[in-house]
Amino acid sequence: MNIPSPLIPASSQARDLDQLFQVVLIISVAIFLVVAGLVIYNAFRYRQRPGDALPKQDHGNHRLEIAWTIVPLIIVTVMFLLSVRTMHLVDPLPLDRKPDIDIVAHQWWWEAHYPATGAVTANEIHIPAGKKLLFRITSADVVHDFWVPQLAQKIDAVPGQMNVAWISADRPGVYLGACAEYCGAEHAWMRVRVVAQPQAEFERWQQHQLRLPAAPTSEQASRGFHVFMNRPCSNCHRIAGTPAQGRIGPDLTHLGSRKTLAAGVLANNPGNLAAWVTVPQQYKPGSNMPNFQFDPQQLKDLIAYLKELK
Amino acid sequence: MNPELQASAPPRSILTIPEYRGLLSWVSSVDHKQIGIMYLLGALFFFVFALTEALLIRAQLAVPENTLLSPELYNQIFTMHGTTMVFLVGMPLILGLSVYFTPLMIGARDMAFPRLNAFGFWVFLFGGFLLYFSFLAGSAPLAGWFAYAPLNEKAYLFNTGQDYWVIALLLTGAGTIATAINIIVTVFTLRAPGMTFQRLPLFVWMTMINAFLMLFAMPALNTALVMLFADRQLDALFFQTGQGGSALLWRHYFWFFGHPEVYILILPVFGIISEVIPVFSRKPIYGYGFLAGSTVAIAFLSFAVWAHHMFATGLGLPVYYVFAGASMLIAVPTGIKIFNWIATMWGGSIRFTTSMLFATAFLIQFTIGGLSGVAFAAVPIDWQLTDSYFVVAHFHYTLLGGMLFGIIAGIYYWYPKMTGRMLSEKWGRIHFWLMVVGFNGTFFVMHLMGLFGMPRRVFTYPADMPYLGSMNLLSSCSALVLVLSLLIFIGNLAVSLYRGEPAGDNPWEGWSLEWATASPPPPENFERVPRIRNRRPLWDRQHPDQPESPLEAGHGAGEVLS
Repeated sequence: MNIPSPLIPASSQARDLDQLFQVVLIISVAIFLVVAGLVIYNAFRYRQRPGDALPKQDHGNHRLEIAWTIVPLIIVTVMFLLSVRTMHLVDPLPLDRKPDIDIVAHQWWWEAHYPATGAVTANEIHIPAGKKLLFRITSADVVHDFWVPQLAQKIDAVPGQMNVAWISADRPGVYLGACAEYCGAEHAWMRVRVVAQPQAEFERWQQHQLRLPAAPTSEQASRGFHVFMNRPCSNCHRIAGTPAQGRIGPDLTHLGSRKTLAAGVLANNPGNLAAWVTVPQQYKPGSNMPNFQFDPQQLKDLIAYLKELK
Repeated sequence: MNPELQASAPPRSILTIPEYRGLLSWVSSVDHKQIGIMYLLGALFFFVFALTEALLIRAQLAVPENTLLSPELYNQIFTMHGTTMVFLVGMPLILGLSVYFTPLMIGARDMAFPRLNAFGFWVFLFGGFLLYFSFLAGSAPLAGWFAYAPLNEKAYLFNTGQDYWVIALLLTGAGTIATAINIIVTVFTLRAPGMTFQRLPLFVWMTMINAFLMLFAMPALNTALVMLFADRQLDALFFQTGQGGSALLWRHYFWFFGHPEVYILILPVFGIISEVIPVFSRKPIYGYGFLAGSTVAIAFLSFAVWAHHMFATGLGLPVYYVFAGASMLIAVPTGIKIFNWIATMWGGSIRFTTSMLFATAFLIQFTIGGLSGVAFAAVPIDWQLTDSYFVVAHFHYTLLGGMLFGIIAGIYYWYPKMTGRMLSEKWGRIHFWLMVVGFNGTFFVMHLMGLFGMPRRVFTYPADMPYLGSMNLLSSCSALVLVLSLLIFIGNLAVSLYRGEPAGDNPWEGWSLEWATASPPPPENFERVPRIRNRRPLWDRQHPDQPESPLEAGHGAGEVLS
């Protein structure tokens, strides 16, 4: 798994950001060494010793002071120009380009639409590797912030406002990210994974997302289907091709194809899924999904059904 | 005072002054010195809460996926930690030292409006109580100290904590504005004869400029608070995005206050450093004019940088140019100060008292915080690191490594003046070294946490994120050292009040006016205000062979002053 660090860039945007950081870091370290060096030199060289005469009463020197006004001015001017250059490299005007992905942030999960095909997913955003995509982002409730440090700049999801930014990945892989703007109780568990795939694989994934789930195969799963539809699950969640058309929680049409549950809290496996649907408030206290009372048979049926939503 | 008399009578101390005896003399006081001390004690009181909250935060984050605190509680704790440190610790420390020393340093008897001064203190104190009462009223606020809309709205936070937060900050904000006006009027009207603006001690210069900052910044916050309160209580729609309000409007208001606010917390500290370093280097301040002038520059610029807190909100590149440029420019006047302080030490005869040690550490640590601040002004770096632990490291380096270290330098410097007793230098040194280790251990590693992808304000982090566990554990252990050092400090403050060496009028051979009177000063401050003919009124007395010339002090020669 990749370390979600801006120092390990995996896209051209992140690389440009990293390069500027390196330059500024070197300048900063140099300035720091000068300042700290002078302070420490002073501390040793001019420490009071017994019998010291009164030091020369020096009130200042305009020429020197102007020098240490102008030199920093030059340094920040250079840094400003470098910043402007990087800003344009990382965030070129999208002009008339339509966004490739629409992201909607929710308390506390991510919803992603692919307008070209209509595919929908949650918390695990797939992109084709090696291709620069434009994404558009907003929020359904409070301010969030989309931060996948290896792939893109950080960008706020502001309710009532559309922001755009560029994202890409040089190579296939899974890149981790998180919500970076404090958004309430479960801010810590609003994690996101970006899955970069070779173009063909990405197309297959997208086609798969568009497919309606097959009808439940086993009797147990079809009982589970009824549990899902008759209990409150369907009020909040959507499963394409079924009466469940809730839009409050993540779309579950292809739940089984995701690696994690609840925006990164748990690995997605039947055991965890059963635990999660029963006591979500234990795993993600404060989240909008309440605890449910299922009898054990109902729970087994429900999981059997959800497992089939690949 | 007659030395023989001093030997026989119990040493003069704050505890032996008849006018300051009894609780009533304090709660009914309009004496700027008592109010100043009460501000400092109030700050200390809330500091204990904020430290406890900090320890809880570090305990929760010590290991990944910790369940010590529920997210609900953790969010209250970090919100209260931030709000307390800024409004109930930082501000009263600044205001307390300002109202105590401004009149003394300009040779005045009291502030211009003594009752207004008391009003400012009491609304701060009760505002603080009200904020903490929210714990008992059900829930403390939990939207963070910045309380971004629309998370601060009833739709997302139904509990009353946010309302207590609004009212508490309105109260302390009103008190701050009152005190700001008071400081400005005091400096403009009550300077002793001869105390021209060219001769004003730099602490007073910076306090005065700071008062202007408070005067112009606080109303933006108060306005936003009233709008938020209207939203929450009267269903107004200023920030309710669902009904057409604007989430970013709150941020503009908040940071229009909030960025000057961080300078409000640091400018008087620049003043303290500008007093402490010359006295202990036995040299005049280097470049008085540049130091005062650069402070004015910072004050102006501080109102033109607020949107650098909003580089990730999609305001657009043209807006970013302006705010990035202005933010970077602030590095220039700040750099001038650092170099002038270094030049003041250069060639001096430096006494490393505890106060001077803290001032020296301030120079180094504040430089780290300043440099990471310049990095954040570079928009693209902000696009990666804002709202990560890197920014937590940055502002703790400026506010703790900078502001608090500077304030502590000031307290070691002025405690003898305020109480008549010296603080223990031995315990002071232990405090200093533990605090340097604890502070840097706690916060330096946070730069790296941010660089390893840890967002701020999270109640936990995944166990499978590499390195984060060990870095957080290191930070939490260091926090214990930091807290230990502060306990030693508090112990030193308490014990020295009874056991400290008698201070005498001028234990450090300082040369500004507060050292011309007794320690602690009598209620009327001065029996006779010394003649002020230059920037160092007491210097000539100590060094008749090398008198400070009015010309060298930057003032026109030949002017007759009494």
